[in-house]
Amino acid sequence: MAIELTINGQAVSLDVEPDMPLLWAIRDLAGLTGTKFGCGKALCGACNVHLDGQVMRSCAIPVSAAAGRKVTTIEGLAADGNHPVQVAWRELNVAQCGYCQSGQIMSAVALLERNPNPSDDDIDAAMSGNICRCGTYTRIRQAIHKAAEDRS
Amino acid sequence: MNELRHISRREFLKRTGQAGGGLVLALTFTSGCGRPGPEPASKGAASVAPNVYVNVRNDGIVEIICHRSEMGQGIRTCLPQIIADEMDADWDRIELIQALGDAKYGDQNTDGSTSIRNQFDLLRIAGATAREMLIAAAAAEWGVPAAECSAREHAVHHEGSGKSAGFGDLVDAAAGLKAPTEAPFKSRDDYRYIGRSMDTIDGFAFTTGQAIYGIDTVLPDMLYASIERCPASGGTVVSFDDTEARAVSGVVDVIKLPDPTSPVLFNVLGGVAVLATNTWAAQKGREALQIQWDRGANGAHESQAYRKALEKSATSSGKAALTRGDVDAAFQAADRVHEAVYYAPYLSQAPMEPPAAVARITEDGGCEAWACTQNPQAAQDTLGATLGIDKEKVKVHVTLLGGAFGRKSKPDFIAEAAWLAKQAGRPVKVTWTREDDIRHGYFHSVSAQFLKAGFDADGNATGLLHRSCFPSIMSTFDPTASGPGGFELDLGLLDNPYDIANLQIETADAKAHLRMGWLRSVCNVFHAFALCGFVDELAHVAGQDPRDHLLKLLGKPRQVDPADDGAKYTNYGHPLEKHPIDTGRIAAVVEKVSDMAGWGRALPDGHGLGIAVHRSFLSIVGSVAEVSVDTNGKLVVHDIWMVIDAGTVINPDRVTSQMEGAAIFGMSIALHGEITAKDGAVVQGNFDTYPVVRMSEAPDAIHVHIMESTAVPGGVGEPGVPPVAPAIVNAYFAATGKRIRELPLRNAGLT
Repeated sequence: MAIELTINGQAVSLDVEPDMPLLWAIRDLAGLTGTKFGCGKALCGACNVHLDGQVMRSCAIPVSAAAGRKVTTIEGLAADGNHPVQVAWRELNVAQCGYCQSGQIMSAVALLERNPNPSDDDIDAAMSGNICRCGTYTRIRQAIHKAAEDRS
Repeated sequence: MNELRHISRREFLKRTGQAGGGLVLALTFTSGCGRPGPEPASKGAASVAPNVYVNVRNDGIVEIICHRSEMGQGIRTCLPQIIADEMDADWDRIELIQALGDAKYGDQNTDGSTSIRNQFDLLRIAGATAREMLIAAAAAEWGVPAAECSAREHAVHHEGSGKSAGFGDLVDAAAGLKAPTEAPFKSRDDYRYIGRSMDTIDGFAFTTGQAIYGIDTVLPDMLYASIERCPASGGTVVSFDDTEARAVSGVVDVIKLPDPTSPVLFNVLGGVAVLATNTWAAQKGREALQIQWDRGANGAHESQAYRKALEKSATSSGKAALTRGDVDAAFQAADRVHEAVYYAPYLSQAPMEPPAAVARITEDGGCEAWACTQNPQAAQDTLGATLGIDKEKVKVHVTLLGGAFGRKSKPDFIAEAAWLAKQAGRPVKVTWTREDDIRHGYFHSVSAQFLKAGFDADGNATGLLHRSCFPSIMSTFDPTASGPGGFELDLGLLDNPYDIANLQIETADAKAHLRMGWLRSVCNVFHAFALCGFVDELAHVAGQDPRDHLLKLLGKPRQVDPADDGAKYTNYGHPLEKHPIDTGRIAAVVEKVSDMAGWGRALPDGHGLGIAVHRSFLSIVGSVAEVSVDTNGKLVVHDIWMVIDAGTVINPDRVTSQMEGAAIFGMSIALHGEITAKDGAVVQGNFDTYPVVRMSEAPDAIHVHIMESTAVPGGVGEPGVPPVAPAIVNAYFAATGKRIRELPLRNAGLT
């Protein structure tokens, strides 16, 4: 069936089974591969996107639940790739393999939207749903603080 | 699809289009440790390639070919740092091209922390000979001696005449020349990039979703496959019913794979594949399969019983692999003896990107694959064998790797894609689910180790026995292999650095029941856990400070050669003269890391500091952990200090990041990691049952120091891991007085 939604500001119509997780609709049908598969069970955060501005695990919500709503993926965060969080990530060379960082950045952006000046505890609470197997956590904390400073 | 390319951000914005015409010339190349071989280019070329790693285009861009795989260690930044530095190329005018798998590049197996330690000279030669070729071209053009010319900032200069020419302008003149096979290296003082923390070259792609991993490759007309494999290692399909699977919307085909081979090698693991028009349909179809399995010879494998067998084997008797003096006599004469059994479980690498690959059969009967592989030449070999074609007809594109940790050295998942592509007659992407990854991988060995020490009346250790028992990785290649063997003994067992008069190192047999493989730092993980924990025990038995005791046990600065005690020791493929087991350097790391951590300072109530040091992959890493146990009985790791002596380092920030990552990886091993088997099948399946450290558990800070050194480079990616778990266990003892001798700590109720 056709599901109408908006991805990164563009209206799209996807011919898709309604129970397909949003993740696979974004990756396999919409062709946006920046959103990653890590666990398929809402355990790791690699697939995080924004749904109407709220951070969501796209592997755990059916595409039908996104019908008529606005999805933002890592590719749509900033046209020039220079969202303050992305810039801070680069300045601190946070990424190692980079794979989980789309989801990390989507979580960090959502955190800063609701809490412009988070403490370490706030960061730990907001970011503990995102696994990084390379172990970049301490730099992620620093990058979130830096992005908060740069925005203020 | 193009090969993975990088151009600097500035170039990306500056340039309006892709400058085409880059021609990388095929060059002869003799061996993995050989030198880049020269071959003359033709006149009028758009570019000139002094060797297989460098191609200078006439638009001034220097293409650098990265023949190693990027999995987070930063080689795509460090490799061009070395070549560009020796060439005197400008960082903003290089373009990085990821190499295909091809023997002409020499060793591409990105494993064993080898990229820099084994290839620093090769990469410097590649840069230096390219530089000399351009200098020779300029000198010939200007009619001046080459010795009067020099390269600087992407150009060749002749001081006497004031002439200069950019690299790109010299392409025509260089095209008829042969690059030299040797050239002088720059002096350390002249380095522009080596030793500098250059920003990660893929940073923009990583932060914008543009980085392409194995799982991201898409080909026209491609099918998506998901494979149900036998729960027990080596088991086979008896029969299956795919009626319901084929009824799932989007499912195109269901194909049984060939049964697993013996030895298992890197071949396909059998099972039944569902092929569909998207990943979700393939997974849904797979769930609808009805399969009857024969679980095979490993169908009764069960971890609790296996642990008992390992511990019994470890505490019974062993085969001597190293004998110094007479430990039995030392134990008999000892004032006291102390013994312990250490146990560590199977582990899964669990990279965030699970194994994933795309393959297609080409018109000429060859195969082309795109994969997150650490070892594209092994992929060529395996795909060639799987398809019954020459490896030369297998083209392997290396994508970025979303973590690897040893898992992606094994190209079994690429072979699955290739075999299915042949059967389906269409390109196929195979994506492993997380459950596939955790249940059907190549596992890090479970181990039991027995240690026994004798003391004199003054508390000095006079004898040490270390007996290691674990199923061997060699079983993957030889089904008769039983127990530790070959290179595994070199990983933290035979290279015992301690100054103890009587030392006996033994191994005990253990049969493998899962596919065995290597995980970041391999046997060093459990060998360091046991030895560094036991050495800490000895300090407490002797009533000594663990740091002071460690320094005493290391003895006076000296170079240890296990061959002196009859051991066959290969030192990671390098002579001990070049990369000694230098107890002075080990002690210096112990002193530095303990000083950084404020060893001996007053700690808050309930806190403890623990220390461990371990040499692996030709580098030394010392760790100190500060831990406490909170009121809920949960272990909290507050800070970790990491000091590495890796000799010469290329990019200090990437070394630092590897130490930070190793601290977290080591914490996951210490706190959480455990794979168990029941009825031959792995019990765990995802990050709920196979947890890894999350942000909430990460230390407040990971403090890293890199020892200043002009020694030849050692490894970096792996050596940080081994000392972390024992440092934590030793800190827990300091905090609580309770000794932990098995991993993970969550089994001791600490998480």
